[in-house]
Amino acid sequence: MDRRDFIKTTGKTLAFAAATTAAGVLFHNRRVAGVEPIVLKTTDFTVPTEKSLPQIALARNTDHIAALHASLDAVGGIKRFIRKGDRVTIKPNIGWDRTPEQGADTNPVLVGEMARLCLAAGAALVIVTDIPCNEPRRCFLRSGIRAEAEKAGAKVILPLEEDYVRTVMGGQVLDVWPVLKYFVQTDKLINMPITKHHSLSNFTGSMKNFYGILGGRRSQLHQKIDQSIVELATFSKPTLTVVDCTRVMLRGGPTGGSLDDVAIENSVICATDLVAADSRASEFLGLTGEQVGHIALADKSGLGKLDYRSVGYKEIT
Amino acid sequence: MSIKTVRNLRRFSQIVFFVIFFWLILKTTFEVHFTPANAAEIQLPYPVSVALEFDPLVAFSTLLATGALFKGLLWSLVILIPTIFLGRFFCGWVCPMGSFNHWVSEIRAAKGVASNARKIKSNRYGKYQRIKYYILFLFLAAAYFGSLQIGLLDPLSLLARSIGTAVLPTIHTAALELLGWVKGLGVPILATGAQSAYDVTASLLLPYRQAHFHGILIIGGFFLVILILNRMITRFWCRAICPLGAMLGLFSRWTLFGLQKDEATCNHCNQCLIACQGADGPDVGSVWRQPECHLCLNCQAVCPESSLKFKFYPQQTVTTANPAGTQKIDVSRRMVMTSLAAGVALVPLLRSGDAFEVNSDPRLIRPPGSLSESEFLARCIRCGQCMRVCPNNALHPTLLQASAEGIWSPVLIPRIGYCEPTCTLCGQVCPTGAIAELTLTRKVGNETVPPNRIGTAFIDRGRCLPWAMAIPCIVCEEWCPTSPKAVYFAEETAIDRKKNEVKVKRPSIDPELCTGCGACEYACPVTDRAAIYVTSVGESRSTRNQLLLKTRNLSRPPSRTA
Repeated sequence: MDRRDFIKTTGKTLAFAAATTAAGVLFHNRRVAGVEPIVLKTTDFTVPTEKSLPQIALARNTDHIAALHASLDAVGGIKRFIRKGDRVTIKPNIGWDRTPEQGADTNPVLVGEMARLCLAAGAALVIVTDIPCNEPRRCFLRSGIRAEAEKAGAKVILPLEEDYVRTVMGGQVLDVWPVLKYFVQTDKLINMPITKHHSLSNFTGSMKNFYGILGGRRSQLHQKIDQSIVELATFSKPTLTVVDCTRVMLRGGPTGGSLDDVAIENSVICATDLVAADSRASEFLGLTGEQVGHIALADKSGLGKLDYRSVGYKEIT
Repeated sequence: MSIKTVRNLRRFSQIVFFVIFFWLILKTTFEVHFTPANAAEIQLPYPVSVALEFDPLVAFSTLLATGALFKGLLWSLVILIPTIFLGRFFCGWVCPMGSFNHWVSEIRAAKGVASNARKIKSNRYGKYQRIKYYILFLFLAAAYFGSLQIGLLDPLSLLARSIGTAVLPTIHTAALELLGWVKGLGVPILATGAQSAYDVTASLLLPYRQAHFHGILIIGGFFLVILILNRMITRFWCRAICPLGAMLGLFSRWTLFGLQKDEATCNHCNQCLIACQGADGPDVGSVWRQPECHLCLNCQAVCPESSLKFKFYPQQTVTTANPAGTQKIDVSRRMVMTSLAAGVALVPLLRSGDAFEVNSDPRLIRPPGSLSESEFLARCIRCGQCMRVCPNNALHPTLLQASAEGIWSPVLIPRIGYCEPTCTLCGQVCPTGAIAELTLTRKVGNETVPPNRIGTAFIDRGRCLPWAMAIPCIVCEEWCPTSPKAVYFAEETAIDRKKNEVKVKRPSIDPELCTGCGACEYACPVTDRAAIYVTSVGESRSTRNQLLLKTRNLSRPPSRTA
């Protein structure tokens, strides 16, 4: 080995050793950036209040579509809420793998008609979606909502893991949660709950319906159920709330299953004050707003009025 | 028709049957846009397990195990009867596993003098090819005594299981990771492109949700090893292991179709050996072994002197240098008896331990409608179709949980997915009836018919929030699908650490109502190990594994049949 070879060979080895050492030192204790939550702006989909109109109207009719029309017209009609070119998301309750008669999911006929009304009012796109508890394909199918909504021309979207966005909700219980993007990235949000019994909150209606916009392990929210419901409703701010009180599950909620537990009430509530809507709807279960923790709490927090008569309640029979 | 055309027909046939098989596995799922005729009782639109029903080995072994051919298994005669006339055409023309092995063996294979010499050597008949017959005899004997192990190695079950539980879910994960990675680069055009590419892939290959199967590494690894072996010996699996190939070899005993060799024109170029798939001795000078031949027709197609011809009633010039062909399998009577005896001994060996019924795993929750364990093990071919079709990803392959006898049979893991109360898909796709097909009424029950139970839920009070920690919860009760709910609660006052009184609802289980669906365990917010869990006790399929003393309504006369 001559000198040149010696220097070359040894040089390579030393350089390799130096580079390895440098890499170790360079990465030592380096701070790795965590996942940044995607911050979404507040989601206020409401329209300006109009003093002349009632904020809640209830219509009773065995023809459920007629009941929807009557109560909607009483609060200002579809044109008040939907503008030409709006992207609209309708949020029914499609929580469980049940059929319409069992009254666990929103009446599909009402969902279909609502989609039709939005499109007729010029909506560019109507999306119908929810995050069910049970298997989504079965829930969307057996609730009848997929078929009715598609028939009406709406786009029915089943939730996918990729479609959640980490959302800052700014609540005491709800800080940052994954939310299905269609409920925050839209122009108008129509809340279409069903009225029914719930074993922990006693009552499920328009505020509790927003559990269905959340991904993650939302069942942990039961530990602070009233607070989390109010925070969710405060965050979501829907354009309009349409409460299905056509079939009301009185016991065994929220899943039910037995037709003996379902009362036929043939009523539809349209409201811009969802606390008032829940307060009125809870009467179908023989309750008053004061008896339902989250309604009382929402009233206290100023989200809406428990005394629904104070916001111009109208009843059409 | 020239022989080259016939060979192309064979290639075409292999692709067609492979595509059909693969397509059927892809369709073994509840598709998002699927609208069944009757939404109350959802039936899949295609008979997705039909490929498995054409499998003569599945048919024959379940016939031995149960004494009957279940439902569509009579279709297997469509394969078996032509085999009696022609030989193993199934292996060369139809079998998707065989085709897969064929392609992996041949694709970009080395060419040239050295590799040809190696092929000539390795494509001669070898004694190792007898292994498959011994496997067959062993499994058939075990099947006759009630333990169906054939599914471990049956090519169609193996391929369905490997693709359904290992290959496709792996592709799904890879696609999602790749999509996330590209999106993470932060280039909008790339992100849009990747999303479109993913959407196309998803619509072609992927089910609605990513499935995660328990312990698939062994299934996937086993499949990979089979494929890799092809690179050392062409179609090693088909030659040496495949028990279906062995069975079809046995049924080639009195074929009318075969290879005719013309010694006079043969120039001993050995092209036939280089191209041979089955290592059955196509060359002049070797014994042609019909039971080993896949009828791929390569030898005839490559023979430059046209010395080889497949035909009905073949005539052979037999000289001392060119021995006669044979339709007999190359096994000794002694080895046949030994493998049969081993199969007979296997059953008590497997069942003498404690895992079979004596001390079975309490978490061995079988799919709804499953037969009693012994009947189940006489039928389950481990094809994994139930696992693939389950909309909740609830069913998984066991490893040793159901004892060594039940490797890769289905088990329900509620923490991953619960049994959807109105779903009956697993029973619909089971090709052998190990999982009986339930109607909706038999699944959920009504006033007169009891529901199908797969277990019973229990509460771990040490982990349950209202019981142990004075925290409101009751998610289990919320999710309980029975009506009235099997999970019920009592409102009680708990005292927390600061001596505050907290009103909590504490859950309990009514075992008369619980069906063991596992929705409560799935939903329980105690994330790692649920505070409510299901064990198999109370399952409808077992008379022994019961919790409650059966009582009879004395106001009714005792039934005469009971």
